[in-house]
This record gives sequence, C-alpha cells and structure tokens, in this order.
Amino acid sequence: MVREFKQSLLIALWFVFLTFPLMVVRVNTIENIVVWRWENILWVAIGAFLLSYCWRYMLARRRQQSKKAEEGIDTRGPLQAALDNVQLRNRAMAVLLVLAVIFPLVFDTYQTNIMVTALIFVVLGLGLNIGVGLAGLLDLGYVAFFGVGAYTYAILNANFDLGFWIVLPIGGVLGCLFGVVLGFPILRLRGDYLAIVTLGFGMIFKVVMENWETLSKGPSGIANIDRPGLFGLEMTLAQSTVYIYYIMIALVVLTIIVTNRLKNSRVGRAWIALREDEIACVAMGIDMARTKLSAYALGAFWAGMVGVLFAAKTTFINPAGFTFMQSAIILSIVVLGGMGSILGVILGAFILVLLPEYLRAFSEYRMLVFGAAMTLMMIFRPQGLISNLRQIYQYKGSKEKAAHDG
Amino acid sequence: MDMEYFLELFFSGLTRGSIYALIALGYTMVYGIIQLINFAHGEIYMIGAFVALIVAGVCTIYGLSGFAILILAAAIAILYAAAYGYTLEKIAYRPLRGSPRLSPLISAIGMSIFLQNYVLLAQTPDYLPFPRLIPSFAFMDPVAHIIGSAELVILVTTLVTMVLLTLLIKKTRVGKAMRATQQDLSMARLVGINVDRVISLTFVIGSVLAAIGGVLVASYIGQVNFYIGFLAGVKAFTAAVLGGIGSIPGAVLGGLIIGWSESFAAGYFSSDYEDILTFVLLVVILIVRPAGILGKVRKQKV
Amino acid sequence: MTDKKHKLLEVKGLTMDFGGLRAVDSVSLTVHEGEIAALIGPNGAGKTTFFNCVTGIYTPTSGDILLHPKGLATRRLNGLKPNKVTEMGLARTFQNIRLFSGMTVLENVMIGRHCRTYSGIFRSIIRNRSVREEEQEIVETSYRLLEKVGLEKFVNEFARNLPYGAQRRLEIARALATDPLLLLLDEPAAGMNPYETSELDQLICRISEEEQIAILLIEHDMKLVMKISNPIFVMEYGKKIAQGSPLEIRDNPKVIEAYLGEEVDA
Ligand SMILES: Nc1ncnc2c1ncn2[C@@H]1O[C@H](COP(=O)(O)OP(=O)(O)OP(=O)(O)O)[C@@H](O)[C@H]1O
Ligand SMILES: [Mg+2]
Repeated sequence: MVREFKQSLLIALWFVFLTFPLMVVRVNTIENIVVWRWENILWVAIGAFLLSYCWRYMLARRRQQSKKAEEGIDTRGPLQAALDNVQLRNRAMAVLLVLAVIFPLVFDTYQTNIMVTALIFVVLGLGLNIGVGLAGLLDLGYVAFFGVGAYTYAILNANFDLGFWIVLPIGGVLGCLFGVVLGFPILRLRGDYLAIVTLGFGMIFKVVMENWETLSKGPSGIANIDRPGLFGLEMTLAQSTVYIYYIMIALVVLTIIVTNRLKNSRVGRAWIALREDEIACVAMGIDMARTKLSAYALGAFWAGMVGVLFAAKTTFINPAGFTFMQSAIILSIVVLGGMGSILGVILGAFILVLLPEYLRAFSEYRMLVFGAAMTLMMIFRPQGLISNLRQIYQYKGSKEKAAHDG
Repeated sequence: MDMEYFLELFFSGLTRGSIYALIALGYTMVYGIIQLINFAHGEIYMIGAFVALIVAGVCTIYGLSGFAILILAAAIAILYAAAYGYTLEKIAYRPLRGSPRLSPLISAIGMSIFLQNYVLLAQTPDYLPFPRLIPSFAFMDPVAHIIGSAELVILVTTLVTMVLLTLLIKKTRVGKAMRATQQDLSMARLVGINVDRVISLTFVIGSVLAAIGGVLVASYIGQVNFYIGFLAGVKAFTAAVLGGIGSIPGAVLGGLIIGWSESFAAGYFSSDYEDILTFVLLVVILIVRPAGILGKVRKQKV
Repeated sequence: MTDKKHKLLEVKGLTMDFGGLRAVDSVSLTVHEGEIAALIGPNGAGKTTFFNCVTGIYTPTSGDILLHPKGLATRRLNGLKPNKVTEMGLARTFQNIRLFSGMTVLENVMIGRHCRTYSGIFRSIIRNRSVREEEQEIVETSYRLLEKVGLEKFVNEFARNLPYGAQRRLEIARALATDPLLLLLDEPAAGMNPYETSELDQLICRISEEEQIAILLIEHDMKLVMKISNPIFVMEYGKKIAQGSPLEIRDNPKVIEAYLGEEVDA
C-alpha cells in the first residue's frame, strides 16, 4: 500500500518534470511573450498519480488473464460471450439493419450526412481489415487507394462526363490494379519494412496529386463533381443525401457479406495463417506472394470503390484529404475494433467517427486520444473491443460415419 | 554548371545528410537490438527541438543572448529528449516484449500520433521562429557563399558526436554490452547482461542524438513546429535502411546519400518532388537489396 | 532386398553455407518408399539446416535434391519455393513448434489441405455448391486426421492452448493434411514424457504403415530412434559420418565417438 503510494508519487513527480517545459511554459518567439501556466503542474501531477494506479491495476489484470487463458479458463466478458452466440449475433445484426434503414426517415440531412461519413469509414475499415487484420500486412498508406478511387471519379467526371454508377466499379478495379502493381514488388518484404514502404506510397500519392496539375488540378483540387444520379431524376440536396446514404448502406452490406464469406473460406484461412506464421504457412504449401497480393489488392478494391462514393458525396476533393492521418485513423479503427473481427471494425468506425462529431469538446483531442488508444489497445487488449469469432465447423467424423454405414 | 554552385549544393546536402544520420542512428541502434521501428523517434527529435526553442525563447526574452544560450538550450533539450525516450520505451514498448511483431510497431505509431498532438495542444499548431543563435564567424566570410557558419557548426558537432558514439560503443563496458545484446539478446541475458538496462540505454542514447539533431536543425532552418518530426523521422529511417539497418556506419552513409540526393535534385531539377525522393529511394533499395548497403544478409533461423 | 525398394528422396552432395560457416557439408542420403529413416547427430550438427534445404526454406549452396514420385517424372527440388516442395509431396514439422496459434486446432489442419484444394477468391464469394462441397471435404479430412493423431477432443480449442505434446502431434496432423509422399519430422519427441513418447512411436509406425508415407525424422531420443527407424544417418559438424541399420550404427566406432560416447560420458 505505502509502497504503491510512494511509487505513484514518484511517477507523478517524474511526469511533472517531463511535461514541465511543454505544458507550463509557452513562448511566442514572434511577439516575444512567455506565458507561465503553473496550474498545469497540478493537473499533470493528479493525472499521472491516478493513471499510475490504473496502469498497475491493468497490468496485474493482464497477467491474471493470460494465466487463466493458459489454464484454459474462459476469459471472455459477457458482451463477447453474447456475441459468440451466433443466433444472438444474427438477430442483433438484423435489428441494426432495420435501424439503419429507417435512420434517414427519422433524422435530418445533417445527421444523415454524418452517418454517411461513418459508413464510408466502416467500408474503409473493413477493407483495411482484410490486409491488416486478416493477412497481417500493416498498410500505412491505405488512404492512397481511397484517393485513387476519388480522383478516378473526379477526373473521369470532369473530363469525360462519366456518371457515378459507371465509375463506381472502375474506381474499385483501378484501386485493385494499383494494389497489384504496388504490392507486387514489395510484398516479399518483412512486415515492418512493408509498413514503411506503404507509408511512402501514401505520401507519394499525395505529392503527385499536388504537383501533377494537368491531371489533378494540383493543391486546389477538383470541384463540382456530380452527385450520384438516379435515372436522370432531379434531386434536392436533402434527397440526394438520403440517396447516397442508401447506396452506402448497400455498399456496407455488400462489404460485410463478401469479407465474411472470404474470411471463412480457403483463401481467408490462408490469409490468417500467413498472419500467424509466414514460414509455417509456406511450408504448408501456401503461395505466399499470391496470397499476400490477393489480400492487399482486395483491400485496395474496397478503398477505390468507396473513394468514388466519397468524391460524389463531397463533390470536391483535394490532396489534403488524403494524408497519413487519414490512414492512421482507418488503422486505429481496425486496431480499436479488433483486428480480423468484422463486427469489431464496424463498431470501431462508429466510435472513431461519431464520438468526435457529437462530442465537440472532444474533437480537439481526437488524435491525441486515438494515438494513446492505439498503444493502450496493443498492451491491454490486442484483440480489440470485439475479438475475432472462433469459427466452429460441422463434421461427421469416422465414428459417426461408421455408425451410419453399419 | 559552375563549381561554386555544385559545392554549395554539396555542403548543404552534407549538412542535411549529417542531421539525417544523427536521427538515423537512433533508429538503427534500437532496431538492431529489439527489431522495432521506433516510429516515435522522429517525435523525440521534434520534442528536442521544441524544448530548445522554449529554453532559447525564454532566455532571449529575459535578456540573455549569444552562444551560451545555444549551449544551455541544447543541454536541456538533450536532457528532456533522453527522459522522453526512456519513458516512451518503458510505457509503450516494454510491456509488449514477446508479443507479435506488429504490436509494438502499432504501439509506436500510436505514440507518434500522441506525441505530435500533445505538443500541438500544449504549445501551438503554428510554426515558431527559432532565434538565430549560431553567430557568423568572421573567418568563414571568404567561403560564406559556399558554406555558412551554421553549416560548419553542424558539421563539426555531428562529427564530434559520432566520434564520441563510436568510442562509447567500441571502448566502454556498456558499449560491449550493447553489441552483445545486438548479436543475440537471449544469449546476452544468459551471460548476465541486464538486457532491460541495455535497451533503456539504447533508447536514451538514440534520443540524445536525435535531440542534438533537433537543436541543430532548428537553428539552421530557423523554425519549429509539432510536425517536423514526422517527415524527418521517415527520412532518417530510410537512411538507416539504405545503409543497412543495425549498422552504425550504414546509418551515416545512408543519411549522407539522402541528404545529397535531396540537395542535388532540388538544386538541379525541381524541389516539387523533393520529399518523395526519399521514398522512391527506399522502395528501390528495399527491392534491390533489402539488407541495405552495409547491412549483412541474415537468414532467419527456422 | 533394399535394391528393389523404390527410391523416393535422393540427396546428393548437399552443402549449405552461412557466411563462413558450413552448416551442411556435402551430405548425400537416400530415403526409400516405406522406410522410417532417422537423421541423428549432436547439437548443431546441421540436421535442421538439412531439412530446411530439402524443404526449400533455404536455398542450398550446392548439391542436388531429387524426388522420384512413383510413376511420375523425377523432380529436382533445389531452388523451389517451400510451397512448391510441399506440393511435390514433402511435408514437415518444426523443431520449435510453429503452429498457427490463433487458429483452432481443426483450422490448423485445414490449412494443410490448402495445396490440395482449389477455390479462389471469386468462387469463395459466390460460394456455390462445388465450393461448399470442397469446404466440407476439407473439414472432414482434417477431422479424420485429428482422430488419427488423437486430438479430436481439442478440435475447437485454440492451438496455443494445447499441451506441449499435443502441439507436436498437431504439427504432424497438419503436415499429413498435405498428402505427402515423405514426411520430415524435426525432433517430434522433444519435450515429451516417456508415456507420450511411446504413444508417438506408435503413431509414427501407424502413419508409415497405413498411409504408405515414408518418414525421415530427426531425433535425440536414441531409444525411439533405435526402435522404429532403419536406416539411420548420422551427422557431425555438417558431414554425414555414418549410415546403416540400428545395429550397425550402435557398433560404429565413429558414431560412438561423435555422439553416443558423448551421452555415455554424460
Ligand atoms: N539461419 C542461420 N544463420 C546462421 N547460422 C545458422 C542458421 N541456421 C543454423 N545455423 C548454424 O548452423 C549450424 C547447424 O545448425 P542446425 O540447427 O542445423 O543444427 P541441428 O543439428 O538441428 O542441431 P539441434 O540438435 O540443436 O537442433 C549451427 O552452428 C547453427 O548455429
Ligand atoms: Mg535442429
């Protein structure tokens, strides 16, 4: 007790020291003003003191849980247990779908618009989840594929007057193509190198879009992109938003079905195996290059497609919308929600998009919290909020078969 | 194509490159020991620069001036960077020993974002001018159009730092422990080396080097903001990979190559694509020679 | 007698260098169909490296690795990627267990079926009848293999939660799922207690008899080796120093000096 108290006190002191110049002093070297914010010392001290208690408690809990897991004791929380129940889960999904369908009828355009953004991030999260969550390929430049889709639509729409529905698949295919072309040379790299190279791709995309004026109109971006059409019908802004919302719902449902099916297929299992152990994986006869490439390209496909929709929704895009921070947000959706878990990623997207939207005070601290959350999740809950469902298969086995035959 | 212009570009590339090298050393040393890309290393560099700015700013405002401030600012910046590096390792990486490879990397990315936004919120999103602390030396006047005083200071400081680092690693007991740990971590533990201490120390040394780089850059470029660590970090990491990650001379070589290629590309062609040149280099080198120029190809034991 | 047996794996002059270290030094050996062969030798002799070369994890510095599947053309395995080698009919286990720890026991074995099944991305999305049938075939085959190695009670357990001995057997089941002609086991009995070891030797014999799979195993447990395997190859410092039946090996002075002597002393 006393020891812990002392320890926490020391930690508090340490953090007071650590944060002193940045939290207390604020210089403005332009106007030569110094502001001393002494009160921050107090906040830091109290915060660090309390957090150090939490930290110790959480570490102790983590140790306990891993011990329990070793002994084969069920460590799932009640929520996780409920979600592992397939029937219950399907019912929950059905209810969610109904709620999603009636949403724009109940709420106004502003809310619907926010929801569309959240849904875009759901698809992005699910797409990135294929690479990061299932196949274990950390992609830090995922937003580039999103950008490819968005620019595809913007450019084709501005120059050739192509409509949304034609470009939607083109955007997906082009994203996929970029995934293949970029992925091909780099996918044999080790995981962490791959992460940095993809980060590079993300940056290269942005810089190219900023400088290739003839194609992308540079930093000022492309404006007046057409919204999605519906048999040439004239739509008000509100109607169009609702329309986009439903397109997005359909896209989300499609993504969920496809990723879910893939996850429980021969290909999906190979992805997961690759994530778990590359060497064992190839030794079991799985073609590493092809398997990685398929995961990477498929993830890019969804980003490309939803990029088209993003351009159609905002009607304006510029390179500043496709930064590393966007990639980082999508990544934290996957990490927070639960790598490999579809339901988790959906939940993650809603939390990360809606929380800053509705808690305005929070929005300033958004990235700060996301960053901290990524680290904390890795330490205390690497499986994410909702961990991956354990797949149960039906089999007869030789004994039953013998009984049948006999 | 006159010689003077070439030399000017040469020295500005050398200056930049030596700073990339300073940061790259931190990446390479950490990677050599625990195979982690310390994604937040660039932020340590930024914090070093920021702390130096704060110290220098406060000193100037309260009426001090001159070279002494630079020394004081650098000393405090180094102290703080070391403290941040140490704390970072303890909080964000140590609990993740033995977890899957990507976990500490994701944690590092989280910390990078966190630290950037911490400085953004605690200080300011704007660029702040860094006081001019490096005086113009009179004896440099004849060559000032080729190499400035600031550049000279940077080059000399970097050189001295690197010599000291080499001595530390080659000649001292801790240096020996570090090399042993890099060779084989579990073996080092068996022979009684306190591996946790060595890892902490590696972070501290890396952070010190980054802070030196940060202070030098800040006084050279003349401005600082919360975002400078990101790009510098990525470039320095590229330098480390280019030279061969885990190799100290490799990091220096990689840093210089990147510095020169940036400087010459910007000088003779255009600076539009300057920032992505590094990435193109990175992609090419990783495809052609993943172990880097001076790195050893190590086959993973199965 | 032996002359009539069909040669399955033929390794000639295999050499593997790591920098300056020659871990495997022109080793030649042949495994025939139906055999349980053993590769023994002191720690660091290069046995695992030999396996890694044969299975394509490392590309050997020189030498030939030939596979003669019965009724099919001979294939040279050097330089092939590991997955190709597995497709050709060589499957292995690892000395330091390498299971897919976050997957269930059944799924681990199902991965082994990958190279013998076909559904790609598009068909998996459509999930038509042939895909579903193939999927069911994978599940049934895998389950039967689990029964064979005695792990059926763990089917839905995560692989990482299995006891040590069970993990070793799971690796064997996973390797068997690839329908191999030759099974390479790297220290399958390491870390097992005597009871588990005796179960294991029965399992290995059963696999050899029932499935017509040849086996090459690395093992330090001499009792096990002497009991079930013939021929035995002995390596020391990267070189093959002896080969022959258990009796011949037991009496070979070189082997006694290199290997058995070491144990007698200890
Ligand atoms: N990837 C590698 N890089 C460098 N050296 C290696 C590598 N793999 C193995 N070696 C070296 O090759 C030699 C043979 O190792 P190997 O693992 O094949 O021995 P082994 O006979 O399997 O021993 P054990 O009985 O301990 O498993 C050892 O000296 C080892 O250090
Ligand atoms: Mg071995």
